Amino acid sequence: MAEDLLVVKNLKKYYPITGGVLGGEVGVVKAVDDVSFTVKRGETLGLVGESGCGKSTTGRSLLRLIEPTSGEINFDGTDVMSLSTDAMRKMRRDMQIVFQDPFASLNPRHNIEKILEEPLIVHGLGSSAERKKRVQEMLEIVGLSSYHASRYPHQFSGGQRQRIGIARALMLKPKLIVADEPVSALDVSIQSQVLNLMQDLQREFGLTYLFIAHDLSVVRHISDRVGVMYLGRIVELTTSSQLYSNPLHPYTKALLSAVPSPDPDAVRERVILQGDVPSPAKPPSGCTFHTRCPHVTEECRTVRPEFADTGDGHFVACHLYKS
Amino acid sequence: MAQPQLQPQDQVVVPLKVKQEEVVSPWKDAWRTLRKNKLALVGFGIILFFIIVAVLAPWIAPYPYDEGQLVMKNKPPSEAHWFGTDYNGRDVFSRVIYGAQISLWVGTFSVIGSVLAGTLLGLLAGYYGRWIDTIISRLFDIMLAFPSILLAIAVVAILGPSLQNALIAIAIINIPTFGRLVRARVLSLKEEEFVMAARAIGMKNSRIIMQHILPNSLAPIIVTGTMGIATAIIEAAALGFLGLGAQAPEPEWGKMLADSRQYIQKAPWTVIFPGLSIMLTVLGFNLIGDGLRDALDPRMKS
Repeated sequence: MAEDLLVVKNLKKYYPITGGVLGGEVGVVKAVDDVSFTVKRGETLGLVGESGCGKSTTGRSLLRLIEPTSGEINFDGTDVMSLSTDAMRKMRRDMQIVFQDPFASLNPRHNIEKILEEPLIVHGLGSSAERKKRVQEMLEIVGLSSYHASRYPHQFSGGQRQRIGIARALMLKPKLIVADEPVSALDVSIQSQVLNLMQDLQREFGLTYLFIAHDLSVVRHISDRVGVMYLGRIVELTTSSQLYSNPLHPYTKALLSAVPSPDPDAVRERVILQGDVPSPAKPPSGCTFHTRCPHVTEECRTVRPEFADTGDGHFVACHLYKS
Repeated sequence: MAQPQLQPQDQVVVPLKVKQEEVVSPWKDAWRTLRKNKLALVGFGIILFFIIVAVLAPWIAPYPYDEGQLVMKNKPPSEAHWFGTDYNGRDVFSRVIYGAQISLWVGTFSVIGSVLAGTLLGLLAGYYGRWIDTIISRLFDIMLAFPSILLAIAVVAILGPSLQNALIAIAIINIPTFGRLVRARVLSLKEEEFVMAARAIGMKNSRIIMQHILPNSLAPIIVTGTMGIATAIIEAAALGFLGLGAQAPEPEWGKMLADSRQYIQKAPWTVIFPGLSIMLTVLGFNLIGDGLRDALDPRMKS
């Protein structure tokens, strides 16, 4: 067994912008632009960034729910990009996703039993009685009761629905779960419950998570390593403790300085970014962050920085840290 | 009676009862809302009445619909002829009763035809998109560019005038209505996360369509379909009026209006009763449709 469960190389997802009289292509939106990372077996890799930076697109591209434009995805020794539609369907047993909105991700016309049973039916697993038993067990595992099985989604609260969403992802006993902002739609008090549940499940089933979020404290709580995304690119990737104690990239520093501190007297260096995020349809040349970076140099405007290791697996894409 | 029997049971199996109360499927919920809607119930009453009349027509009609005595022509309503007689001396009451069969038959089956064809085309266009969508949508656009009755006349002109061909024509001209409805619904459902979740667990397209897309598109189809029956009945009457639908001596309501219109001043009952029947059935279907819309509309839910 290789140490890396998922290896992603140069993943790109470009959306064409059509326009003009003939509906021709007039440009592209680079939602995900040349992203590379690895996820080790059993770890949680956090992916943070602001809205529209491409973190959800990255997560969905990995499962080919959105077809990537190019790149390599190697999952557990299999080249995911080369799989046929049918082989990909079977592959999904091992890679699952939990969605952000627990209200939209459950079919309102199906009861919970049907929702949870469906993955097993689709992959032809177990007899009807066995499937029903698995559903009951899974409900208990995620902290619901077996009598909830006959209810419909609208009869549950947001937190309960998210548990159902997690249960659905777990039904097939996957190796990897892409958690696409699983707690951002929930109340803060419910967030911690769901996060703890996810950690318990990880220990119990040996799961690997790709955890997408925009909330830095949530990511810090659950992740072993964290990647920071800006405008479709990963700008920094390192262990959770390294990132929070010793951030290197100016964007990461700005993000972390924005996290509120519980101590009102703490003296902190606040990095306030000027301007808005540029449009991914017209990303800046060179380093995409150069329009807002406090340490910008001439080189940043023209040359795209390498995403390189500064030592101890602390990757950063910034000209300031060239050795 | 039922109340005292239930109470002792209540105390013994409390959990069971709690469980049963909580399970409300969306369809059952809609049915409950519908039952509270008085106007919809009136609509149901009207339609049920016409269905019973249509089914029992051979037994309740006092005279045959196609035979009359010329000496009795254009007689006003009397004890023997409740709705009077027409220009051929036929009993208008019996003809209106048999007419219910025709109108309900044409209305229901033409709508079933357009719903089936429209849903299939709408699903294909909405789900698969690309060139399939382009072809189907442009076809709908072309059909909708003509006034529907003109298109129906054209179809009947090709097939030849008869009741059955009128039904086919009405079914064809209403396909775009349902097709566009389903296509729009599929387009929005396709982007829903639960459909993406279905793909994520490895579901095939056919199963996604049957299990997730179609059940969630049914509500608007049912509402529009019910209203569509009303429209179809009017269209059948219009074709009958123009002599392109039912042929003599078939007692189609629209045809009866057309045949009697030259006697409208001398024998108004020959026009009033078929006209009233058309109005009532159309009203009935529209009331049901309105009630269904309220009951099935997810925005009304808390």
